[in-house]
Amino acid sequence: MRKFMPGLRKAAPQLVSLGVILFFNWLAFPGFFDLRIQDGRLFGSLIDVLNRGAPVAILAIGMTAVIASKGVDLSVGAVMAMAGAVAATMTVAGHPPPIVLLSALAVGVACGLLNGLLVAVLELQPIVATLILMVAGRGIAQLITEGVIVTFNDPGLIFVGTGAFLDLPMPVVLAAALALLAVLVVRRTALGMLIESIGVNRSASTYAGINSRLLIIIVYAFSGFCAALAGIIAAADIRGADANNAGLWLELDAILAVVIGGTSLLGGRFSILMSVLGAIIIQAMNTGILISGFPPEYNLVVKACVIILILLAQSASLGGVAWLPRRIPAAKSKEA
Amino acid sequence: MSSRLLPFYATLAIFVLAYGVCVFQFPNMLSTRVAGNLLTDNAFLGIVAVGMTFVILSGGIDLSVGAVIGFTTVLIAVLISWYGIHPLAAFAIALAISTAFGAAMGVVIHYLDVPAFIVTLAGMFLARGMAFVITTDSIPIRHEFYTTLQGLYLRLPGGGRFTLIGGLMVLVFAFGIALAHFTRFGSYVYALGGNKTSAELMGVPVARTTIGIYALSGFLSGLAGVVFSLYTSAGYSLSAVGVELDTIAAVVIGGTLLTGGVGLVAGTFMGVIIQGLIQTYIVFDGTLSSWWTKIVVGLLLFAFIALQRLLVVLSDRKRLLRNTPT
Repeated sequence: MRKFMPGLRKAAPQLVSLGVILFFNWLAFPGFFDLRIQDGRLFGSLIDVLNRGAPVAILAIGMTAVIASKGVDLSVGAVMAMAGAVAATMTVAGHPPPIVLLSALAVGVACGLLNGLLVAVLELQPIVATLILMVAGRGIAQLITEGVIVTFNDPGLIFVGTGAFLDLPMPVVLAAALALLAVLVVRRTALGMLIESIGVNRSASTYAGINSRLLIIIVYAFSGFCAALAGIIAAADIRGADANNAGLWLELDAILAVVIGGTSLLGGRFSILMSVLGAIIIQAMNTGILISGFPPEYNLVVKACVIILILLAQSASLGGVAWLPRRIPAAKSKEA
Repeated sequence: MSSRLLPFYATLAIFVLAYGVCVFQFPNMLSTRVAGNLLTDNAFLGIVAVGMTFVILSGGIDLSVGAVIGFTTVLIAVLISWYGIHPLAAFAIALAISTAFGAAMGVVIHYLDVPAFIVTLAGMFLARGMAFVITTDSIPIRHEFYTTLQGLYLRLPGGGRFTLIGGLMVLVFAFGIALAHFTRFGSYVYALGGNKTSAELMGVPVARTTIGIYALSGFLSGLAGVVFSLYTSAGYSLSAVGVELDTIAAVVIGGTLLTGGVGLVAGTFMGVIIQGLIQTYIVFDGTLSSWWTKIVVGLLLFAFIALQRLLVVLSDRKRLLRNTPT
């Protein structure tokens, strides 16, 4: 228990805001915390928050690693559309689900590798490098679906989006499994620390013997993988691939989730679980606005206000007032 | 210095080449009608791209421009159609609000020391959200003043029309070029983008310049919104979605370095016109789908960024060779 205390204290602002949001949701809709089991699956608003938040949470897991390496991946929304398009068209063409899933994931990894090569080898700014795929990716997705919304009825693929495992919706299970796996890999090995050191100072890390080029490529490939997984879930959820709207603006939600989770956009210290928490906070907010009867138009305004509040809070806690000398982000030891 | 202008010359060469290919295939494209339409159809993109050029030259980025255009069109439409305010007054109100909005983002970026990326992202949500809050319907604008403005054009030899909004874009570009190269503000922007710390040490008023840059971008986004509402005669909260990306692409294709400090406003003009040319080509061809625009723009983006990268590497190597005593 004592081991978890520092982590809990660090997560206090996020946990408190989640609590406040859930409390308001409960005020607006007294049945918010009701859970029931029907047709072998849990139902209830709380589960709904987790289920709807799963794609952004998955994106945020990959995005956390990228942002920790002092990068950003703007292409995840477009990669989602591409992976969904590949999955749908291959299913319609009659390929079995395992091959479909593997190919869609491979597309995501390939996109990530491209981003990683641009950032690590050509040394482009991450915003620019991933902007290319963000612009072109949706066009390529349209090319794959030939401009129509491809719908499918394959139960194997639909299961990924709407099925249930251990009474929990499949997207939640996938997001949780991915988060657990990612945390184990980055925190039980030196990988997380190496990524943080690249994010703090890439050239110093390279001089210290870290293969920063390879690591950056891996980080972007991982982000592409996460995006593809989220894209498959989104496509399976609506039983169709919509190249125009799948994953639209989700890159911004994913970045927002990472920022709410407390990972600095300037790279360095990161926490995957906190980013997932950030994604859940965003979704709790969205759901709250919907069930409280506010018009959904207020959604964006509320989101903007929350970002501004978080920026103010972060800036105040860093003493980031312009006339003070800027504090150099020190490479703090990991504790997540 | 000349190597820094190379991306601009490359853009110019690509434009001439692309236009040549288009004319070779469709001789009708070499007409003042097509040229006039290029200016009219891309007027709002060009105007907003001037503001984005200044932001990117200073080393920042403004993701809120598309949302501000959408917000402005809705605001103007509501003011004119629901409240019966004269369009000129509505324009003034919209421009004042968008300028103040940009300035506020500049204040947050400078004084809170937050990355421009995330501040303008919040600005984008806020502007789009406010537009949704006003109304989610598309509101038509019917006012004789609008009809008058839309009917204003110069007839070019060959039947082309040089419309008011196309002319406005050219004027904004002329203003932008003058501001960038012949004023103190312009040199402050370049200095800030080159190196913020040294600019500050040399006495550049960083706070005033940063706020000015984002206020300018906000003002020009508002102006682009005015032009967009003239172009479509309507206000709609979902108009100009994704324009921020087209704008950034136009600036980069125009040869401005995204790291800041290097670039020309005139290059952005070429970037805008090249994007318009791709669309015109697709229309003329008739068999290609419009998503080819996105793919070609993506490829062009990649080509230009790779070219810029190459130039930077080459000039670094040259400097290294020159400074090494032999």
